[in-house]
Amino acid sequence: MSTATPVVGAPALSWLEASPKTLQDLNTKNGWSLSLLELQAIQSHFRRLKREPTHAEIETLAQTWSEHCKHKTLTSPVRLRDGKSVRAYKNPLAETIMAATRKLKKPWCLSVFEDNAGVVDFDGHWALAYKVETHNHPCALEPYGGAETGVGGVIRDVLGVGLGAKPVLNTDIFCLCRPDHTEALPEDVLHPRRTLSGIVSGVRDYGNRMGIPTAAGGIHFDADYRFNPLVFVGTVGLMPSDCVHTKILPGDLVVAAGGRTGRDGLHGATFSSAALDEGSDASAVQIGHAIMEKRVLDALLRARDARLYRAVTDCGAGGFSSAVGELAERVEGRGGVRVDLSKAPLKLEGLAPWEIWLSEAQERMVFAVPPKNLKALQAIMAAENVETCVLGTFTATGRLEVFNGEERVADLELEFLHHGLPRKEQAAQWDPPKIATSARPRVDAERLTSLLHQALSHPNVCSREWVIRQYDHEVQGGTVIKPLQGTRHDGPGDACVIWPLSVTNDPLQFKGFSVAHGLRPDWGRIDPYAMAFACVDEALANLACAGADVSRAAILDNFCWGDPNDPRQMGSLIKTAEGCRDAALQYETPFISGKDSLHNVYRDSRGKTFSIPGTLLISAVAPVPDVRKAMTLDIKGPRNAVYLLGRTTEELGASLLASFLKLEGPLPKVSARENRDAYRRLGQAMQKGSVLAAHDLSEGGLAVAAAEMAFSGEFGIELDLDRMACSKGARDEAVLLFAETPGRILIEVDPEKEKDFLKAMKGSALTRIGCTLANPVLRVKGLDGRIRMEAALEGLKESWQTPLPKMMLVQPPHNGGSR
Amino acid sequence: MKAPKALILRAAGTNCDCETALALKLAGAQPCVEHVRELKAGRVRLIDYALLILPGGFTYGDDISAGRIMASELRGHMRELRGFIRSGRPVIGICNGFQVLVKAGLLPQTPANEQTASLASNESNRFETRWVRLRINLQSQSFFVRGLPEIIELPVAHGEGRFVVKSPKVLEHLKKTRAILMQYVNEEGKFSGYPYNPNGSLFNIAALTNPEGNCLGLMPHPERFVTKWHHPNWTRQTFCKDGVGLEIFRNAVQYVS
Repeated sequence: MSTATPVVGAPALSWLEASPKTLQDLNTKNGWSLSLLELQAIQSHFRRLKREPTHAEIETLAQTWSEHCKHKTLTSPVRLRDGKSVRAYKNPLAETIMAATRKLKKPWCLSVFEDNAGVVDFDGHWALAYKVETHNHPCALEPYGGAETGVGGVIRDVLGVGLGAKPVLNTDIFCLCRPDHTEALPEDVLHPRRTLSGIVSGVRDYGNRMGIPTAAGGIHFDADYRFNPLVFVGTVGLMPSDCVHTKILPGDLVVAAGGRTGRDGLHGATFSSAALDEGSDASAVQIGHAIMEKRVLDALLRARDARLYRAVTDCGAGGFSSAVGELAERVEGRGGVRVDLSKAPLKLEGLAPWEIWLSEAQERMVFAVPPKNLKALQAIMAAENVETCVLGTFTATGRLEVFNGEERVADLELEFLHHGLPRKEQAAQWDPPKIATSARPRVDAERLTSLLHQALSHPNVCSREWVIRQYDHEVQGGTVIKPLQGTRHDGPGDACVIWPLSVTNDPLQFKGFSVAHGLRPDWGRIDPYAMAFACVDEALANLACAGADVSRAAILDNFCWGDPNDPRQMGSLIKTAEGCRDAALQYETPFISGKDSLHNVYRDSRGKTFSIPGTLLISAVAPVPDVRKAMTLDIKGPRNAVYLLGRTTEELGASLLASFLKLEGPLPKVSARENRDAYRRLGQAMQKGSVLAAHDLSEGGLAVAAAEMAFSGEFGIELDLDRMACSKGARDEAVLLFAETPGRILIEVDPEKEKDFLKAMKGSALTRIGCTLANPVLRVKGLDGRIRMEAALEGLKESWQTPLPKMMLVQPPHNGGSR
Repeated sequence: MKAPKALILRAAGTNCDCETALALKLAGAQPCVEHVRELKAGRVRLIDYALLILPGGFTYGDDISAGRIMASELRGHMRELRGFIRSGRPVIGICNGFQVLVKAGLLPQTPANEQTASLASNESNRFETRWVRLRINLQSQSFFVRGLPEIIELPVAHGEGRFVVKSPKVLEHLKKTRAILMQYVNEEGKFSGYPYNPNGSLFNIAALTNPEGNCLGLMPHPERFVTKWHHPNWTRQTFCKDGVGLEIFRNAVQYVS
């Protein structure tokens, strides 16, 4: 190492001589979340260097090697015992999800798994970036602040991809316990009503202030999230195609811009890599300031358009340490950087150098700036009232050199920092749960209507209007298919469609994009491999319903799991990753980005641990070739044909009907290739204008989908169950109405365009199962041709609209008088 | 003919400037988005523009109250602003821009720019996005609504939009001077409660002008309805014309052309 300046700031304890026990004690005391193997790797590295590490060096390594930053669980070797077979992966992520993307080799994937977000081509001139993050631990402790900084962070990811993309859409998905939960919770656990209200307010206040529409998302309620709620936040951005790839040269300046550095959010990355317990400290949660970030956004896009910098990244987990560390690796040649922390503007005096280095103070970006552009960049920043400082210079030394004035506080080889993490083989095991197939009781015909009301008012089905209305989903003037649809603008849309006029500025170009999600943790409890298929299927079906080109869809994965040290949980994680790989290949839909959040575990005062159900979120984005042909779910008029795409099968595993009747049973099969073709055809049929409405069948099956389409459009539907294409065992009225077989979409077709529609859909299982009515009723004819159900739409809608406000103790939505 | 120049004045937290610029471009103007600092520094002069627009957003985070800080900044240019308005040129304050106009004492217009009204927190106490129906005051002489049907639809998205006045006299004066341009109504065109009146505004007021009709402040967002595909029910094919929001901008541009 360089000897010009001695490395100071030595720790109180000697590392070189420390026993394993001492190392572990230090680790616990400092909250580094490192394993003994990792601690010893650091020890032997410094033994080789024949010097003690500094505090800043250990902190840098702990942040960089954290689960949060390195995803070491999914990238380290694992041996999976799956029933009787054994499979070994050296790097499960690379060999499953990323391998599928490589194999699919889509030319329109511009930057995948390498930058802050996945990037695909949008229209040849613009590239589309999408990133979905979680912010679970912070939201559990401080829902409002956690959600705000979650949104702020993912927006910065998109600002920090390539040379920076302009955010045009935010998405949000929450998993939590139902808000009317009545059982006692430990003192340190917030009640889910408070959590939900806090995170909605946080997403609202940050997203609305940033001027980014929040127009897609969902909420999933399950009691097993009561200790560890999940908050997924996503951002889609657009940038000029030539801004996707970046190159830093030695000699470029390290320029930090945005908020000042304070003591907030210290140890965020390592904190999120540990279980929550009664001692978890809310000061690890950062503080957000939306207008500061808006100023940074405005300034960054101006500087980008003047091409004043060569690369940019955001300060997220690990603060400067990971932002600067990441950029240093991207410098041409061996890489390297030299920074002086005394140059950073501070919120308060008296911060230790390692605190400046590690602080997760929000709204900061780091740029690589050619010296000749510095003045121009600073002028643009200053004009937007954004503070900048030159922290140092990128070098070709292969080292990360950190100074505080004259003092050298850290000096690490990039090679060791980024590739020195020791890997150990993890054990994973999967034994399929024994599913007893209970005999299906006969459901009396009279009960079908009450089951429908029960399904519509189920927390996972009922209206989310109370949440959606709090988000500005129309700012930027491009939300052409809105999240709330139908005559009264309150029906549940499958997916929004964005016409990005605020970027293209060209209302004569009609290309847009659509975003949708899939999340089925209840499937994962039975079969995590199948869960991956169900999630991908659901997301793509939703895109198809909005009129997107599913053949050009790209997907993102977010894994939220419990304890990866538990081989069974690890087993379900790996099975899910395998499912993702195979689903991607069979749907021919590449993954472009992903993120995992593990250790969603709560330890109570007696040491008992609770894990969340393994949860996979699939987020999908696809272009809509012509937004004028996009579609909504509401029935458009009387006497139109109603078609059902797909075949219904009898398996009721993980369905609402099974939970109502207390049944157990296997999951339905997902026919990936058939569904893929059908969704593509539906998208084409829509672009040709032969479809009036479409809605996919998910929780609650046909009955719920038909009810939602009918009350959203205020026209009735008549369904004839006898006409449905189904497996032999599914010929039961309750099953036909409530089964949740994936791959099914209910479609309203203009009778005059029926021929065109059938032509476009040729090759897919499609049955005309009914028609639309002028009467506002949902009428169902049973297998014997007699009317089994005739439910007034008003009552169905009420069942669907009232639960969430009631659970949140707020006023129900007003339904309006006559039109 | 040269397109008239429209000044869109922004500040930290303004976030509807892009779509407002596009709306003005479509309406035939030449939009120029400038930071309010340029006005303060004297590098931008109002007199060089034919139209002035204060777009939506959260200027300075709406700290203190919505639009308050930006309004204070504009108060430093009151003579210039009043001259601009007096010259008859169109001024439009949308959402946050309306809040700014009200807090700067420009709407309701008073001789000494005294603030006589406010846009307070919604009665529902939360931010809400929804499309509303508006009835245009047919007695208004304002050029902004020329040729528009009596009932129009536009989206609102705000947390502080409840119009309130300091004293009943203010409302009387607004009525007398025909300064009330748009009111929230229900599907039958009648005044109704929430959600038709989305914020609990006094007298269902959604938009005001000065008595001369050239300075407009409105809570709904006309720039979000400039093509038919912006309407929430365009897939129901009940709407075939351009967005009504664009008409408002067009009227303003045509007036100065």
